[in-house]
Amino acid sequence: MTSSQKKLWIGLVIMAFLSPLGILLPKKFRAGAAWGEWGPEELEKLVGYIPQGLKKWAELWRAPLPDYNLGGEGASLTVQVISYIVSGLIGIVIVGLLVYGISRMIVRSGNGK
Amino acid sequence: MHIPDGYLSPLTYGPFWGAALVFWSVALKKMKEKLSFKHIPYMAMGAVFSFLIMMFNIPIPGGTTGHAVGAGIIALLLGPWTAVIAVSVSLIIQAIVFGDGGLTAIGANCFNMAVVMPFVSYGVFQWLRGKAVGGARLYVAAFLSGYIGLAVAAIVTGFEFGIQPLIAAGPDGRPLYAPYPLAVAVPVMALEHLLFFGLIEGLITALLLKYFVGHEPGLVYGLSRKEV
Repeated sequence: MTSSQKKLWIGLVIMAFLSPLGILLPKKFRAGAAWGEWGPEELEKLVGYIPQGLKKWAELWRAPLPDYNLGGEGASLTVQVISYIVSGLIGIVIVGLLVYGISRMIVRSGNGK
Repeated sequence: MHIPDGYLSPLTYGPFWGAALVFWSVALKKMKEKLSFKHIPYMAMGAVFSFLIMMFNIPIPGGTTGHAVGAGIIALLLGPWTAVIAVSVSLIIQAIVFGDGGLTAIGANCFNMAVVMPFVSYGVFQWLRGKAVGGARLYVAAFLSGYIGLAVAAIVTGFEFGIQPLIAAGPDGRPLYAPYPLAVAVPVMALEHLLFFGLIEGLITALLLKYFVGHEPGLVYGLSRKEV
């Protein structure tokens, strides 16, 4: 790894540690979900009903770490902040290794300038 | 912009899955032709950057949030086809591991953020920079490439939401999936991203391009050639 690449990786890890800003700022300004990303109950509050098809599909997948939160729905802010950092680090490892693996498999050694 | 499960009818998410598969297979072929070993760590970093930047939710008036995507800067640095794969991997992990975006909607979400966005960004950048390889013009082009790329992706997403009431309604006449019509979904998605998140995307794109032009000038794909 070149020293420049090392610096960039460090920058990415710092981003993971700063990522809780992505829950703290919305909380401070009482902002909810992104537009179009409401859960069924939130949507019911907005339009007065839960669309039938949406109801059927919404629970299709139970993600292991839903909403980047290890503590479930009632988690304290501290748990949410830690969860966010851990999720960021997990993302770095999984996404980094997957893309590294994919590109290692397809890029040929003789290629490029 | 991560469409959850249940917001798109099968008639919508099916074709988008098909489109995503086509773009992924072409993208892998293009990467094989154009990229060399030295690019591999940067591809991994690009995908990781996109994953992380999407965690920075920014609150805006109206009580909602949004975020930058990073697909524009990846397209400028590594080419739009590489950005297709890098951002797709990040979106797929967000959906599977973190439930951010639906599984049925992976095709549509990848189409919006990992196909439309990098290609629009790259096109805008090349068109606006002309022959510039430095100076204000280059960075204005980079800013606008991120800004416009994100906005167009958001508008396409709004369109996908907005056609749902036209596609499927129950016996009571109520929409079965995303309930807001085109006249709401498209302007909301467009304005949010034109007024707020696009500015952040543009800033990130311009600043990171400046960093790489200064530190690793040989790397920047969008400066070494004009074509995709």
